[in-house]
Amino acid sequence: MKIAVCIKRVPDMDVRFSIAPNGTSLNEAGLKFDMSDFDGYAVEVALRLNEQQGPGEVTVLSLGPDGVQETLRKALGMGADRAVQLKADEVPFDGRAIARAIAAELKDGGYDVVLFGRMATDTGNQTVGPMVAQFLGLPCVSAVTKLDIANGKGTAQRQLEGATETVEFPLPAVITIDEGVARPRLPSLKGIMAAKKKPLETKPAQLGEIRLTVQSMALPPERPAGRIVGEGADAVPELVRLLQTEAKVL
Amino acid sequence: MANTFAFAEARGGELRKVAHEAVTVARQLADSSGGGEVHALLIGGPGIAAKAEQLGRYGADVVHVVEHAELAGYSPEVYAATVAERIRASGARAAIFSSSALGRDLAPRVAATLDVSLASDLTTVELQGDALTGKHPTHTGKIVTSVRLTGTPALATIRPGAVTAEAAAQPKQARVETVQPALDPAGVKVRVTATEGGRGGKQLDLAEAPVIVSGGRGLREAANFKLVEELADAFGNAAVGATRAVTDDGWRDPATQIGQTGRLVNPELYVAVGISGAIQHLAGMRNSRVIVAINKDKDAPIFKVADYGIVGDLFEIVPRLTEEVKKARAHH
Repeated sequence: MKIAVCIKRVPDMDVRFSIAPNGTSLNEAGLKFDMSDFDGYAVEVALRLNEQQGPGEVTVLSLGPDGVQETLRKALGMGADRAVQLKADEVPFDGRAIARAIAAELKDGGYDVVLFGRMATDTGNQTVGPMVAQFLGLPCVSAVTKLDIANGKGTAQRQLEGATETVEFPLPAVITIDEGVARPRLPSLKGIMAAKKKPLETKPAQLGEIRLTVQSMALPPERPAGRIVGEGADAVPELVRLLQTEAKVL
Repeated sequence: MANTFAFAEARGGELRKVAHEAVTVARQLADSSGGGEVHALLIGGPGIAAKAEQLGRYGADVVHVVEHAELAGYSPEVYAATVAERIRASGARAAIFSSSALGRDLAPRVAATLDVSLASDLTTVELQGDALTGKHPTHTGKIVTSVRLTGTPALATIRPGAVTAEAAAQPKQARVETVQPALDPAGVKVRVTATEGGRGGKQLDLAEAPVIVSGGRGLREAANFKLVEELADAFGNAAVGATRAVTDDGWRDPATQIGQTGRLVNPELYVAVGISGAIQHLAGMRNSRVIVAINKDKDAPIFKVADYGIVGDLFEIVPRLTEEVKKARAHH
């Protein structure tokens, strides 16, 4: 089986961000970058499918400046076979522009399964996977929490608000992976060494027209400092009074 | 003057609250740009047409109704083709979806079908000249990104609960247009074969509950979640959530996980019980209007976002709170 996994390089979220002087991006100094969380799950799903279904090929693909090569090497270290960088000076905010470039690259690739993470943890747009599917005319299941593939068919589960949906679809298909499907493996030392020799191809990204742009970025207003009402169960009546008279939620 | 469009999400033959939110936003956009017509689309199984009248109350002028025996559940391909066709037919300048599980699946397909771009998960939305603008919490809620979308129609998803669904100042007797699905439901490739679970008993869904009571590792074991459930029951309008730590451990259904990788919620009141406040959890609930935290560690990060905190043993505090909430509500 031929599997493609589309991954994004994003900043580590566990920091205090600041806004760059241009007002439309983050100060990158001091930020650490890694594969978006959900994309890690998608790579793991691809590797496991490949292990189950007999020898095939797992291609990882990332769009962006040369920094994405590090993220692609990590996926190769986990066990992917080859990597493609769709080179762009920056990753546009417009999911459609990105989806156009990815669809153009995947169109004639003969992939049985195309995987994405459910969303990028930085922009949180959740648009590229289903758009790529639509542009390629492929079936798509998004935000999958359980996946079985056999005999050219797939069964997936996805979480709705308070319910679980079961979906059946034929291959080839585009699937976006929620967390929980498979915990991503860490690249082994052997894997990291092997990754250095695996092919990483760079091509210009054929981005679509960009119609969604960032006007400004800001830090959210700080919540006014909260207060400790008290200690232990004796503080409960005062809390309830505040919820009634001050917060007016009770 | 601009017409606008709203996708009115239904499940199990009932409109969801997010359907009213979407129509409310479409009404506001139409009114703010000189008063065009609001077109809503309602898709469902036999009987769904009866719900059209509700949408009029929120300001829909026209309700396009697709009633079909095979569309009682979600069919991504039929929905996407039909929504795209109805957006075109209504001449809409903007089309609004909820950023619900269904909306996040549907809206990008529709956008790609129409070959337009999509602004996701907005908490505010406006039409300004040739652009749709809005705010989108990004980077696990640590950044507010203002986005600008050009092109017609402008498609956007709205974060559930970010907008209060409001009956229109002038409720409409909506005109109903019965239409056929744009694709034959029998000919699709992707089939939803089951939708299970859902709201058992009196518990509300996290997206719709005005109050959420959540539990974390501080509860020590799964069985102790009954304290959280009892407190939720005392409020009478609450849903129960959980942290990723406890859903990973199998104490609670993963569908109830609140956080960056789970549900993003913004209720009127969020009560965090035995939750330290990991960044991944805060990302899912920091936009709640009022936050209460109960934790034994006075230095826990949850107290930094909480409006009101009590430090101490939750096993003493929560039962007392349950009693006091019951008393307070009995006086209403």
